[in-house]
Amino acid sequence: MTLQQELAATPSAKLAVVDVSKRFTMDRRSVHALERVSLQVAEGEFVCLVGPSGCGKSTLLNIIAGLETPDTGAVLADGEPIRGPGRDRMVLFQESALFPWLDVFDNVMFGLKLKPGLSKSERAEVARFYLKLVGLDGFMHANIHELSGGMKQRVALARAMAPNPRVLLMDEPFAALDALTREQLYGDLQRIWQQRRKTIIFVTHNVREAACLGDRVVLFSPHPGRIREEFRIPLPRPRDINSVDLASHSTEIMRALKAHLGTEVEVAE
Amino acid sequence: MKRFITAAVFFGALLTVWALLCRARIWSPVLLPPPQAVAQYLWNSTFNPGTASAPNPDRWQLFVAIWITMKRLFAGYLIGLAVGLPLGMLTARFRPVHDTLGVLALGLQGLPSVCWVPLALLWFGQTEGAMLFVVVMGTLWSVVLATESGVGNVNPIYVRAARTMGSRWLHIWLKVIIPASLPFIVSGMKQGWAFAWRSLMAAEIFVTILTGFGLGHLLHYGRELNAMEQVIGIMLVIVCIGLLADRILFSPWERFLHRRWGRPNDRARDADPDFPEARKLNPDPLPCPKYTTRSLTRSVTRRSSDSAARPKPTGPWRTSSSSSNSSTPSAASRTASAPR
Repeated sequence: MTLQQELAATPSAKLAVVDVSKRFTMDRRSVHALERVSLQVAEGEFVCLVGPSGCGKSTLLNIIAGLETPDTGAVLADGEPIRGPGRDRMVLFQESALFPWLDVFDNVMFGLKLKPGLSKSERAEVARFYLKLVGLDGFMHANIHELSGGMKQRVALARAMAPNPRVLLMDEPFAALDALTREQLYGDLQRIWQQRRKTIIFVTHNVREAACLGDRVVLFSPHPGRIREEFRIPLPRPRDINSVDLASHSTEIMRALKAHLGTEVEVAE
Repeated sequence: MKRFITAAVFFGALLTVWALLCRARIWSPVLLPPPQAVAQYLWNSTFNPGTASAPNPDRWQLFVAIWITMKRLFAGYLIGLAVGLPLGMLTARFRPVHDTLGVLALGLQGLPSVCWVPLALLWFGQTEGAMLFVVVMGTLWSVVLATESGVGNVNPIYVRAARTMGSRWLHIWLKVIIPASLPFIVSGMKQGWAFAWRSLMAAEIFVTILTGFGLGHLLHYGRELNAMEQVIGIMLVIVCIGLLADRILFSPWERFLHRRWGRPNDRARDADPDFPEARKLNPDPLPCPKYTTRSLTRSVTRRSSDSAARPKPTGPWRTSSSSSNSSTPSAASRTASAPR
């Protein structure tokens, strides 16, 4: 299999979240993380989930990843229900979750080695391709502790994309970075997404970030976690986080978010 | 080279003071023999062939003792590791084992290993078995505890990441959990070695057996014969073996960990999402992927001055940011308190 065949092999998937509910019991108190959440994601779509903390957006991401199971409902990838984690759905965590005992190249190879049907040299070729894609081909054999936070997230992105998943799940991947690095990564992520056309679900509590990256922004509200509203962002790409058009969209979303939180407070009182 | 000279000067001065004190005759030479008497003993019990008419009966005696002691030490240490590492993994992984065996290990680890000697003597008599038992008991518990804390401190996000990449049970243990706890395991192995060494010396001094004279026995008979130069000579040999073991057995591991994981404050920074990353403001990639020791030292000093004003990170592997519902207590309590 050549590199080109390998890259073309897997199309992105469409996802359907059907009536998913999830409760957690912690210290004899029950937390309703998600209540009857349904969501459709088209192939190659970039969807951002936004909401205040505790609204269950990360829980939904973990359920889609297969790291947690819903109490009721199901998640379907191309019509097939999800049972457990798998390399067709890769996750990018807020902390890079890179393995400090491996160097950059071996980190990217970790998932590739678990993927059957590739020879050793093909795996190495794929790993080099993705490291080049994220602009780190000069750092193949650097140790993880030598990288900056932004570089770590780039390596994590390369590692997540290397086994060619059908869906990329991103859990606040840029939250711990400084503003300048984050802006660079917005640009890089959009470029890479346009090139590879993966289905991406991106969790964030930063409304502007969501408006910048997403085709669609899904607004969550907490207690219990529910989808409140959806916004389409029809702006052309690549988008600049500082543009005025973007600001009008993010203002609209922010206003809706505050409105939902406002009713929430009234209910609580 | 400079460090070597410093060390040489220090030990030279120590020897000189020792020799001068002996010359001053403050204490009886029976209690404080001069350095040359100790050297003479060491020479006699190693290479000295003696004369043709009176060959030296003690020739090679010290090497034989070292060999016997090392055999016992390695046997006990390896058994301790082979049992301790899996037990430590079990105590870290399963709560019932943690609450039973973990507590037992914690208690017995606090028991000085010489306390096992009477029990071993009664159970096994004056045999190699008694010796081995004392060494294993000295090693085992500290290895269990170190492995347990190593495995228990593995950031759960590594396991989650590995699972999404298709890694499963055995693969996760071999390729994720064990490598991730390597810094703890290596320090546990080092501690286990120190305990094994201590307990073996105690055992050899107190258990008199005829199946082989180890260093501890030589030390013991040095006392019985009032041969202070023998006592001091053997003590020196024991110290040197300890130093050598550290260099040969553990230094390579520690160098590897240092290179891969970075210095301890690098590890703390990795666990701290708020760390201001001074280096990455430059959008160009770093000048070189491989750091020389010097550039590492420089960047470390700069970083530590940056971090002086900040609160101390909580620990090398604890991370404070996970909105997921993982099983760590901190994440759990945060999720639970969120709805309020």
